[in-house]
Amino acid sequence: MQLALIVLLPFIGAVLPALMIRAGRNACAIATFTVTATALLILLVQAPRVFAGEVLHFRAEWLPSLGLDVNFFLDGYGFLFAGLILFIGLLIITYARFYLAKEDPMGRFMAFLLLFQGAMVGIVLSDNILLLLIFWELTSLTSFLLIGYWSHLPEGRQGARMALIVTGSGGLSLIGGMLLLGHIAGSYDISVIITRGDVIQASPYYIPALLLILGGCFTKSAQFPFHFWLPHAMAAPTPVSAYLHSATMVKAGIFLLGRLWPALSGTDAWFYIVATTGLATMVIGAWIALFKDDLKGLLAHSTVSHLGLVTFLFGIGTPFAALAGVFHIINHATFKAALFMNAGIIDHEAGTRDIKRLGGLVHLMPIAATMAVIAALSMAGIPPFNGFMSKEFMLEAAGHTAWFGLAFDPTVAIIATIGATFSVAYSLRYIIHVYLGPKRDDYPHQPHDPPFGMWAPPALLVVLVVLIGLFPNTIVGPLLATSAGAVIGADLPYYSLSLWHGLTPALFMSIFAVGAGYFLLTRHSRAVTFRERFYRPEAKEIFDNAVAKIVGWSRTGTWALQNGSLQRYLAAMTGMALIGGYGAYLGASSAPGSNPMLPVPALAVVGWLLLVGACAAVVILHRERLFTLVLVGVIGVIVSLGFLYLSAPDLALTQISVEVVTVILLLLALNFLPKKTPIESPMPIKARDGVLAVLAGIGITGAVYAMLRRDVDSISAFHLANAYGGGGGTNVVNIILVDFRGIDTYGEIIVLGIAALCIVALLDTAMQGASGRRIANWQVDMRRSADRHPLLLVVGTRVMLAFALVVGAYIFLRGHNDPGGGFIAGLVVAIALIMQYMASGFAWAQRRAGLDYHSVIGWGVLVAGLTGVASWLFDYPFLTSWFDYITLPIVGTFEVASAIAFDLGVFLCVVGSVMLALSRLSRVGRIAEHLDVAEGPMDVDPSLHPNGPPSETRPTSSVAAQ
Amino acid sequence: MELLVASGIGLLFAAGTYLLLRGRTFTVVIGLTLLAYGVNGLLFAMGRLNTDKPPVLSLDLEAYADPLPQALVLTAIVIAFGMTAFVVVLILRSFLEVGSDHVDGTEPGDPGTLRTYPDGSPVEPVRAAAADSQEDRS
Repeated sequence: MQLALIVLLPFIGAVLPALMIRAGRNACAIATFTVTATALLILLVQAPRVFAGEVLHFRAEWLPSLGLDVNFFLDGYGFLFAGLILFIGLLIITYARFYLAKEDPMGRFMAFLLLFQGAMVGIVLSDNILLLLIFWELTSLTSFLLIGYWSHLPEGRQGARMALIVTGSGGLSLIGGMLLLGHIAGSYDISVIITRGDVIQASPYYIPALLLILGGCFTKSAQFPFHFWLPHAMAAPTPVSAYLHSATMVKAGIFLLGRLWPALSGTDAWFYIVATTGLATMVIGAWIALFKDDLKGLLAHSTVSHLGLVTFLFGIGTPFAALAGVFHIINHATFKAALFMNAGIIDHEAGTRDIKRLGGLVHLMPIAATMAVIAALSMAGIPPFNGFMSKEFMLEAAGHTAWFGLAFDPTVAIIATIGATFSVAYSLRYIIHVYLGPKRDDYPHQPHDPPFGMWAPPALLVVLVVLIGLFPNTIVGPLLATSAGAVIGADLPYYSLSLWHGLTPALFMSIFAVGAGYFLLTRHSRAVTFRERFYRPEAKEIFDNAVAKIVGWSRTGTWALQNGSLQRYLAAMTGMALIGGYGAYLGASSAPGSNPMLPVPALAVVGWLLLVGACAAVVILHRERLFTLVLVGVIGVIVSLGFLYLSAPDLALTQISVEVVTVILLLLALNFLPKKTPIESPMPIKARDGVLAVLAGIGITGAVYAMLRRDVDSISAFHLANAYGGGGGTNVVNIILVDFRGIDTYGEIIVLGIAALCIVALLDTAMQGASGRRIANWQVDMRRSADRHPLLLVVGTRVMLAFALVVGAYIFLRGHNDPGGGFIAGLVVAIALIMQYMASGFAWAQRRAGLDYHSVIGWGVLVAGLTGVASWLFDYPFLTSWFDYITLPIVGTFEVASAIAFDLGVFLCVVGSVMLALSRLSRVGRIAEHLDVAEGPMDVDPSLHPNGPPSETRPTSSVAAQ
Repeated sequence: MELLVASGIGLLFAAGTYLLLRGRTFTVVIGLTLLAYGVNGLLFAMGRLNTDKPPVLSLDLEAYADPLPQALVLTAIVIAFGMTAFVVVLILRSFLEVGSDHVDGTEPGDPGTLRTYPDGSPVEPVRAAAADSQEDRS
């Protein structure tokens, strides 16, 4: 539990500074400090058990199906890192309190810092590698926030973005590698993985896993050639740089190398990749650092170089080298954090970090100077400081490393010595060019030593630098033994923590490096000239160009698909669907079906030819919109005839009545729309759409044909068997609609009703705004009949109405046993009513119908629903139907079924919806044409004017439209 | 017969798809209507083809056409009508609002159709990319 608490505390505590900042900057800093101190305290309480060699575990299930569990473990190595992160965190918090200016939002800073700290501690304590990956990504995100903290500075934003892109891409690579590793090892727990090195290294996935994991580690730890992001991250406030680049962020990659060292190291691939990268990074980083005039730039490249050193040591693969690596991690954290804070002090007090503008500061800032000298000497590897010992270890290890596997093979030793030489040179430069020399009088600010709170944290580290150097066994002996032991996993090799090892080759290499380094520094300006003769690739430019290129490509790619044209989207989607369909077809075997085919009567061929002709005509003549409507009607009739022929009388009836309503509807809409479609698609677009359409048609034809030639295993046998006994009717289709699948139908009529209400909503508001103005200025664009309501039509439809209603009632009532039912009856009755509206005018018909179609829909849904609810009264589920036979005198025996009430609901809903939609549409039409509400049913009504029509009966607008 | 039905359905799909890809809303609605015929036919064909076997129970028939796809198609026809009605009114309203019946809501070639990304950068891909990368340098 305590382990989880160490990780969670910073995350939970991140709320505190954000809140406490209201109480002032001190309160904010103290709250942050307390959080970190508590976490550190909990960690230290575990120290005795860890030093006794115990490995502490915390396990909790999270997503066991994914192998993702909240497993933490604490061994010496994790303890070392968690300790460094929290301890240096404390110093940074103190330092930042004094470093940040008044106008910097400190609450945000401290909150980010704690989040980052939590993520780092999470990495080093995670046992589950998936959990580790989560924390890994969290460090990338939180460091992005920290690096970009001064978001008003372009360098800050760019540096943060670069760091995020580089480490984030590395994180992706790491995810792949870790998943492979977990797959090979058969476990996602690090504590298990590191015991299965032989299994892992024997696996064919070892190399890919290794490369992917190294991709993550090298980007995070800024190894060549991914080192370029680190210097740009220096745009962050100095406390961030000091924290991220001494003990935390960049150490995460190193940490993982060490953590997985037992599982991955020891192979040739490991040695040649990791050691070479480390060595190259060490030399290149140190070389560049020598020429950086910006103090933080110098330290950044120095960090790169030292990270390379540790990587190199881990890459060598011997236990001694690994131990040296762990030792250097400790030492580097101490002197580098101190130096970063020192650079911050100079920046803060002298107003510049440019070495060319500094010098002679020792006279003005004695405290800072003392600390800088000690820390820089340690960085240079000069006794008696801690950096000397780990550098000796490194040179010792390098001396025993054979590159080509020969007996005498000094390549590695020579390169390592060169690296050490540069290292000495830039470390001495930090001392000599900044602090020594004559006092100047052109500093931007008058430098002086900083307040206590700002120099105390680095001072503490400097004290450690000295103490570790002088009394290594007392101060870090046990810690090094436990942590290195945890990395190596076996017995520790022989080593001796002391400044004097006798006249070893490493000592001579060291002496050479110091001498040569000093010499190089004295020739610094000449070296600068020498370096400037060569072309140096500017990483930021390359990176920016690459990013701009990628953005450009993705823009182009996106543009090709997403240019705002709906036609293009639809074509793309259709194309994708076709690719999916045809891909599936090609990827599977497809034998033609074997069922016999039905014979083809001559009439069917005629119908088919009509369909082909109509479809072709629609496609060719679709610009003539009115004519298209006629063709659509033809197609609808052929489809309903097809249904009729193929044993689906209900469908035929429904289709033909829907056809009528649809065509009326489209006609009403077309009234307002342009009557012709302009020619605008260029030929390639037409060809593209044609190809898509033909492919779609062929695909569907093939699919339907293949299906039709195969057997079907339908559940309909149940419906056929139970229709009469359970539903009380013989028309199985109708029984399915009102009984078996009644709740579906119930949903359908509600949808229909909603569609009608939406139409009302769209049309009733059409009189406002731009739409209202267009309607008000509407010009009738077609010739109108002079007789709006012809006598013959009016009289004819009135006669027809009675017949139509009777037919509707008949179809409704027979629906249970014969083709028919509520849907069809509703459509038939609606058509009968529409005819009245068309013939006699909207107002006249509406007055006489006296129906509010809103409430007809409502009643329909209500009746259907109540029928369903009624079955609850008899303790049956919703919509259970009931029927019985009743015998009445004269009428005889007939059936009464509750389903007919449900069907009535369907009927009402259909009538209401159709009528509502059409009547509203026609009303808008009347308003747009500025027609008066016709009082009578006919324009020419002989019964009103037996002596002939009055002279003024024509509506004026129809004349005006000519 | 199977071949005729299959090709008929395919034909409706093809014509529907082609019209659906046109640029004017009315044509799109016609395409949608044709596509609805095709889809209904496809659903119906799931029950295989039968002649003279309507699923109305009678003593004369031994076997019946599959009633389930028929029931599904029946509601599908009605719902397709509801949908068509709604879409037609929608395109009508949109035409009245913007004065164009193009699916994109603007007449092609209209300067108002110059499109921008959500961040306001211009449509031209190359220029847009260059502008984006310079955003921070300024």
